[in-house]
Parts: sequence; C-alpha cells; structure tokens
Amino acid sequence: MYNSPYLRKNASVRRVMSTVLVAMLPAIALQCWLFGSALLVHIALASVTALLCEAAMLALRHRPVAPALGDMSALVTAWLIAVCLPPLLPWWATVIGTAFALVIGKHLYGGLGQNPFNPAMLAYALLIVCFPALMAQWPGLGVGDFASQMDWVFGGARAVDAMTGATPLDALRTGLMTGQHADAVLHTTPFGHVAGAGWEWVSLAWALGGLLLLALRVITWHVPVAFIVAVALVATIASAIDPARFAGPDFHLLAGGTLMGAFFIATDPVSGATTPRGKLIFAAGIALIAWCIRAFGAYPDGIAFAVLLMNICVPMIDMKTQPPVFGHKNGGAS
Amino acid sequence: MTSALLVMVGIALALGAALGAASVLFRTQGDPLVDKIDAILPQTQCGQCGYPGCKPYATAIAGGEADINQCPPGGDEGVRKLADLLGREYKPLNAEHGVEKPKSVAVIDEATCIGCTLCIQACPVDAIVGAAKQMHTIVSDLCTGCELCVPPCPADCIAMVPVAETVDTWKWRYPVFELRTAHARTQSAEEAA
Amino acid sequence: MLRKLFSFNGGVKPDPNKSASTREPIARLPLPPQLVIPLHQNIGGTPRPLVRVGERVRHGQRIGAADGNVSSAVHAPASGIVMAVEPRLMPHASGLSAMAVVIEPDGQDEHVEREPFDWKAASADEVRDYLRDAGVVGLGGAVFPSHLKLSPGRAMATHTLVINGAECEPFITCDDMLMRSEAHDILHGAQIMKRLLGARQVLVGIEDNKPEAAAAMRAAAAALGDPSIEIVVVPTRYPAGGAKQLIRVLTGIEVPHGSRSTDYGVQCFNVATALAVLNALERGEPLVRRIVTVAGNVERPRNFDVAIGTPIGFVFQHAGLKPDTDKLIMGGPMMGIPLPDMDAPVVKATNCLLASSPALFPPPQPELPCIRCGECARACPADLQPFELYWHSRARNFGRAQEYHLFDCIECGCCAYVCPSHIPLVDYYRYAKSEIWARERDKDAADSARERFEFRNWRAEREREEKAAKLAARSAAAARPAAAATGAEADDPKKALIEAALARARAQKDAAAARATDELAPAGGQQAGTGGLQQAQAGGELVQAAPSDKQVE
Ligand code: SF4
Ligand code: SF4
Ligand code: SF4
Repeated sequence: MYNSPYLRKNASVRRVMSTVLVAMLPAIALQCWLFGSALLVHIALASVTALLCEAAMLALRHRPVAPALGDMSALVTAWLIAVCLPPLLPWWATVIGTAFALVIGKHLYGGLGQNPFNPAMLAYALLIVCFPALMAQWPGLGVGDFASQMDWVFGGARAVDAMTGATPLDALRTGLMTGQHADAVLHTTPFGHVAGAGWEWVSLAWALGGLLLLALRVITWHVPVAFIVAVALVATIASAIDPARFAGPDFHLLAGGTLMGAFFIATDPVSGATTPRGKLIFAAGIALIAWCIRAFGAYPDGIAFAVLLMNICVPMIDMKTQPPVFGHKNGGAS
Repeated sequence: MTSALLVMVGIALALGAALGAASVLFRTQGDPLVDKIDAILPQTQCGQCGYPGCKPYATAIAGGEADINQCPPGGDEGVRKLADLLGREYKPLNAEHGVEKPKSVAVIDEATCIGCTLCIQACPVDAIVGAAKQMHTIVSDLCTGCELCVPPCPADCIAMVPVAETVDTWKWRYPVFELRTAHARTQSAEEAA
Repeated sequence: MLRKLFSFNGGVKPDPNKSASTREPIARLPLPPQLVIPLHQNIGGTPRPLVRVGERVRHGQRIGAADGNVSSAVHAPASGIVMAVEPRLMPHASGLSAMAVVIEPDGQDEHVEREPFDWKAASADEVRDYLRDAGVVGLGGAVFPSHLKLSPGRAMATHTLVINGAECEPFITCDDMLMRSEAHDILHGAQIMKRLLGARQVLVGIEDNKPEAAAAMRAAAAALGDPSIEIVVVPTRYPAGGAKQLIRVLTGIEVPHGSRSTDYGVQCFNVATALAVLNALERGEPLVRRIVTVAGNVERPRNFDVAIGTPIGFVFQHAGLKPDTDKLIMGGPMMGIPLPDMDAPVVKATNCLLASSPALFPPPQPELPCIRCGECARACPADLQPFELYWHSRARNFGRAQEYHLFDCIECGCCAYVCPSHIPLVDYYRYAKSEIWARERDKDAADSARERFEFRNWRAEREREEKAAKLAARSAAAARPAAAATGAEADDPKKALIEAALARARAQKDAAAARATDELAPAGGQQAGTGGLQQAQAGGELVQAAPSDKQVE
C-alpha cells in the first residue's frame, strides 16, 4: 500500500552520486596526466576498500546491503579521499584512511544521511595528523614514470627523494618561514604561472566539474560562490595589508584544494548546511578558517580541518537560518 | 598534563554545583506540578490507580506517595509522559492496577434497565441521564469508559462497548520502512545488479 | 492589458497528461440503479438525515440538513425511494463507512419546485443560509462550505475575487472542460460572488496549458462586457492551482496557514463552485451533480457529468476499465487518495477518478535514508523544510514537527515527487497530522471530563453542605460537629463514589496485597482523618504500599 503522490520524478541517490563521479573525471584525468597515473591506483584501492567496508558495516547493522551499495555514495567518498592524497602515499595509508572514513566517519554515526562530519575530510585529517611526512609525498610535475611511482606506493621506496616536489602551499610556508617575501617565493620555479605549475590547471578542472554539477542542479550556487568570494575577499584584504606575508587571492583560489573544496567538498549535502542562507554562512566559514590555517596554522592546507570545524556548527546554522515559511514572511498573519 | 586534568575536574565540579543549585532553586513545586500531572492523566476517573479520581492520584504522585505506572487508561504512553515530566525512569504499567484496554463506552440495555439511579450516582462525569424508575441512557460523547457504573447495576444491564474508528477519528498509519521488507530487498538487489 | 504576475517558490512540472480526457466533450452519465449519498460531504458538521426508509424523494429534495452553520446540506439527485439510511463505504483512504442515504431512482426524475432566489433583495445572511441549504461547497476538492467563504473579511474589505481555473494537477481536466462549455455561466456566477463579497475585481487564473479554456473564458468575458473581470493566464507549474499559490501568483499576497484569505482582501473559488452558486441562486438548483474526469488506465478517458452518489464502479463501467488496473484513485496522481472499493460513491469532492496500473504509476522504489540534499525544500511551494518535518515526524517528535510548521504543509506531494531517496514524505506528514489531531481530541475529551468531574464533586459538596445546614437547623441539639455529620452521611454521593472507587481498587488486589494491607491497617488507621476524601486517600496509600512491601519481602 502506498499513497500519493503516485507520480515520482526520475531521481535517485544513485543518479546524484554518479553525476558527482562523472564531474570528478576532468580533474582526475588532468591530475593523472600531470602527476602520473599512481592516482588511479589509489582510486582503485580506495574504491575497493570503501565498498568492502560499506558492505561489512551494513551487514553488521542488519541493513540490506544491495540498495545501499548501489547508491554509489561510498564510491564518491572513496574518490574524494583518493584525489586528496598524494599519489606517492603507501597503499596502506589509503586503505586506512578510507576504512576510517566509512566505518567511523559514516556507519558508526548511523550510515548515509546521519554522519555529522564529511567522511572524506575525516580521512584526510586522520592521515595528515598521523602521517604528516607521508602526506607530503607529492611527485614533482612530470617527474617519475608509473613503475617508479608504484615503487613508492607498494615498495615503500625511499631512494628517489628527487621525485617528490613540494606542493605550492608547502613551498610558500617554508619560504615564508625562512623570512622571504611572499612575492619572491611565488616567483620561484614550482609556482608556474600563478599557484604552482600544474596545480592551477587541476584547480580549474575541478571548477569545470563543479560547473557541470551546477548545470545539472546537483548542487546550488550558494556554497561555491560564498566559498570563492570569501577566500578572494580575505586574501585580497590580507595581501593588501601585508604583501610580504600573505599571498594574493589568485594564489589562494588556485592553490591546494580551494576550488575542489568549493565545488565538491563543502557541497556535501549530508554534513553541510541545507538552508540557502545556511549554505552561505557554512561555505564562507570554511573559506575563512581554511585561509587562517594556511596563513597562521601548522598545516599547509586547511580545507579539511575547516570543513570539519564547520560541520560541527551545521545544526546551529540550519536552525538559525530557517527560511521564512509561505505566508509567514514579514511577520506573517498577526 | 596535571594542570589540564585539574582544569577539567574544576570545570566538572563547577558545572555540577551549578546544576545542583539550579535543581534546588528552580524546583517546580506545589500545585503547578499537580496540575501538570493531572493534565497528562486521561481523566477517566476510574479509580483503578487506587485513588478516587485522577486529581487525587496526581496529588499522590506529586507528593511522592504513588508511582507513575498505576493508571491503566493512560497506558504506556501516559507512563512515558509522566516519566518525562518528572524526570524519572520509565517503567511498564503495573499490572496490579489493570491493563491498558481499547477505549470503550458504557451502553445501557434500555430494555432491562429498571431505573434504579445507582449508575447515575456512580458515574464520575455525569454522563448518564435518567430519573428514578425511568429508563437511563448514557451520553456516549461524555462517557470516559471508567466502568464504575457497571458493578452497581443490579440488573446487570450495562455493557462496555469498544469505540469504533470512524472516518473522522481514523488515523493515517505510520509509513512502513520499505528498507526492511524482503520484497524491497529483492527488488533493489535486481536494481543494483 | 498584461498583468504583472507573481511567483511562488518551489513547485514541480510533472507531465500534465491532460490531452486524453479533453478530446471529447463532457458526457452526461445516466443514473445508476442505486445512489448512495453520504451525509457528510463537506468540511464541518455532519448533516442530519431528513428522510426515512421507504420515503419517496424528489430530485433536488433536501435529504440532509446542515448541522449548524459550519456545515452544508445534501440533496437527492433524482426522484426515487429511500432504501436505507445506514453506514456505507466512503470514498476515503480509511476504507471506513459513514452514514449515507441510499436512493433507488424511479426513473421519473420528478423535480421539487425550482424557483430562483431573489438574492439581490435578500440580506447577506439570507443568501448565505440559502447557499448552505443548497449544499454548495468548494468543488476544487476541499469541499469547504461556500457560504462561509462569502462573508467579507474582518480586517479589511475584500477587493479581489480569484476564480481558480488553474487545475494544475496532472490528468484532471474537469475544470478545463467546464470552462470550455460553460464559460458564460461561470463568469455570471463569479459576478454574483463578486457582488456578495463587495469585491472590486475578478481574476480568473488559468494555466497556460489550457488555451481553449482561456479563449472561451475571454470570449465570455467580452460578451458580458464586465471590465472588472480579467482572465489571467498563469505559467503551468504544479501546484499553481493551490488556492494560496494562485492568490500569490495573481495578487502577490501570501495568505498564511490558519488565517482567512478575506482578511487579506482576497477570496478564491473554483470555477465549478462559481457555477454551483449561479445554479443555486438564479435557478434554484441545489448541488446534486458534478463534473468528474475519468482517466488513467481506462479505454475511454473522458469527463462525465455525474449525479452525486453514483457508485464509482458504475462510472468506470462507462469509461471502460482496463483489466490490468491495480488500484483506483480519487483525485489526481499528486494528491489523490486510494479508493477502498468500487462501491464507494462519487461525492462532492470527487474531481477525478483515476485508474492506476503498474505501468502508469509504478510502485515506488524502496525508501533510502534522507541525504539532506534539500531537493524537497527547493520543491516545496509552502517554503517548508520537508526533510526536517520528515525527520521529526518519523521520530514521532510531533512538537518539533509543529515548530517546523507541519500544518503549513498543503500535502501537495512536490517533496516526495523530487526526493532522490524515494521517501514517502507526505505519508509521514499525514501520519503526524492525524496523530496530533487525535491527541488534541483526547486532550479536549480529558479536559471536558475533568471539568465535569470537578463540577460533580463541587455539586456533591454543596448538596452535602445544604443537607448539613438543614440538619443543623432542624435539630434542637445543634452542638453536633458538622464535620462528623458530613463524614457519616451514608447516602452522600461523593462518599458513594469514593466507596465505589475504593471497592474497585481493592477488589483488584491479589491475596498478597490484601495481606499486606491488613498488616498495615493499624498504622493507616492512625493517619485516617475525619473527611471521606482523606480517608479514601489514606486507603489508597495503604493499597499502594502493598506492592513495594512485597518487593522487600
Ligand atoms: S487510573 Fe483512572 S482515576 Fe486513576 S489516574 Fe488513571 S484514569 Fe484517573
Ligand atoms: S529530497 Fe529526500 S533525500 Fe533530499 S533532503 Fe529531501 S527528504 Fe532528504
Ligand atoms: S507536501 Fe508539504 S512539505 Fe511537501 S512540498 Fe508540499 S507543502 Fe511542502
């Protein structure tokens, strides 16, 4: 027995999640091309781990396994984790991170729809806290072939130090700590045109995927716009005040995970704010915290921590930003 | 480390003290509590709780003389609400006072009624109309289903009839969780395959 | 002239599916062998039956009188014999029965005297009473008694009369077809209503997927030459035909839940209601027939002019039900209710009868957890947060659900339509609402019982005092303490009640409890006061003490 509406739109969680996966493809392809195909291995590792964990947890929780596996939400988490991790990370770190995200981050909170924290960012935060050195193993642009990258991932090779190159955010940090002018640091080799050779293009690829999500109405404009505007604003103000210590908005927008965060991470519906105004506050909050961590914190990029911090605030943000109900605008009836 | 521990313990103590003070200072007392309890009780006035009516039972609960699980008409939900209100542990209905039954109303078999007025005297809510030596009738809208009129009737002509659901009192059922039905399971398995 | 249109948030655009049933004009359905006319076909009180079994009724005769002012009469749609006045199956999701008058038409179709009502000369109250007794209710599906809506508002004068011809729900075309064929009469009815309300303008809202209807109405408006009538074509978007949504689209005014739109200077009626008002006032015809769209899984989808009380099965016979039909729906696919059986009659609320097949309306996919994607909130025309409502309703947290404006939900189904997790959201709201209503009913009943109980106690007290006073006056030895007298009166009603209550309570104790009570009796005796009430309480305590004692043992 079921009741009206008898008509249903042809929508499903599976469809939403698949769209997200497709939208990730440009950035993944570009990243592979620029930094080597090890990323694909990590994606595969993360996917398998995620699906196994999801199935195991569902079985333990006595939930039907098939529909939940079919919704593809675990794959989205897995891919998001994999693309955040440095391609030269040992395979077990990816597995640990993904398993942590799925088991602790998702199912211990009650599974899909119940997790207060973004599972992918939880995994990233865990790994960077536990294995900070490993998490810096980004290959330099165009350095190393697939075989030697695999040596890193599976063999634990340490000999080819030359292969890793600092990420732009790392380089900026180190440069600033050694007392250099931000501008000077930004004009050294690893920075390419704006925000790191190759990185700026990967960032733009994320934006491209994000625009696809926007066009397909999987996400709304609120989060990306608030995110980008907030980052740009705070970076502009800071670099105007002290250009020696703070990089400009172009750098902050294109470096690290800004655009990916704006379009793919902060837009996670489950752990993010849901009301329109709430989304603006949520995204701007992430952007500000992330910038602060980049500028003053101990970690080169702060998107993950910023997201987790703002996740905590979501219930309050949502509660305080309830949109006015039909007829109750401007004080309503009375 | 030690200082952190001390700070934690200090905070815990301070908060505990504040809570304790608040519970003493802002304790709801006197009649408001009786009224609040009385508002939860179903007002069937049946006496099954061991008190002559809901208000006396409410007074007894508020005075700590009676437990919260003695009112069968209020049922499980009533106990839960009382437990919520009083911040006590929920406990199942005390079977000594009776069991929860579907709501019924009394009906007088008007052919057998001898007009003795005993039921009128027994009815706590004046739901029975009639005069001496004349047939009595129960106003079913007012009857609380307390059954107090049943034993006094010398002609044994009062019966309790469960109240049937009507189009107006019918309730939409709680939607089933399709997730757990076998049907849904096989169906979505096909889908995922 | 182009009017500035407003917009409401949300809404969805399902496939309208309206072409099949608009191919042919409205057909008049013959009378069935038996008419089952439910008494309660309106919001408000249930009408009282006016006829008895075996009585002969004539077409248009009142068979149920309005119960109070918030109610509406019902009439016989044909002449014939009353076969029964008994509970019959209702076209209601519950599948329960309610009082109905069963008439067997005699085929003579003999009318009661039909005389137009001189509404121009009558007072506003007389017109309203007349409409109430003519059984005119809202025919858009809400069946709210129309006479109640025709009183001007309290806060401000009604300036705008909105006539709802939007008909936004898929499949339903009864208003469309009615506007095509009866445009003139509809507008004439609207003019009457405008006058009754004292409104300045009439706005007829029609969705832009009904160009024929809009053209017919335009032509009729031009023929009437009434400049205050304006036919406005509104964009097709479900639920633009919701009264509040249409008022918003046409005037920009948002009428909140729980307040009357006249308080905002607007009133809204369905096109068919306008026609019913005209028929009642100008032609003396009560509401006994209505247009019903029969669509979905039928051979010949079409609109029928059906006598109210016609069994649904009879209607479907004429449209040719296809064999793979798995359920019948009254109303459209978005808000319709499942029908329990073919025997249920067509009522004033029946705008559409829809046959469903698994191919037409496939059963929903299994419900998955809510991912808080907010699709539902974007689709909700009432600007609610449906997933929050769902969350709290599901957890039976009704207070919280009400804080999130559960009762502002118009049950339009947009949220469930878009939900990617296939959650039957509206079912949760219906469940929560009916639970809340049931609780309110229980609470009202409890309050009235408490009042009556307290009054009874007060009366008993007074009687006892009066008796004591009389006794004291009569007795020469007036030194007897009043308290003792009260306590001793054997026929004192209160005492009787208490005794009865106590007897009951005691009778229910088992042997162990009884023994414990006995043991405790001396102690209890010391506490026992003089007043009957106190005694009873002490007794209660004793009984009460028993179980805990038992535990100690
Ligand atoms: S048991 Fe009867 S008298 Fe006692 S509280 Fe419940 S309804 Fe009232
Ligand atoms: S559309 Fe469905 S899944 Fe999305 S927020 Fe609403 S209820 Fe949840
Ligand atoms: S059914 Fe209620 S909550 Fe859902 S979209 Fe319609 S008004 Fe909003």
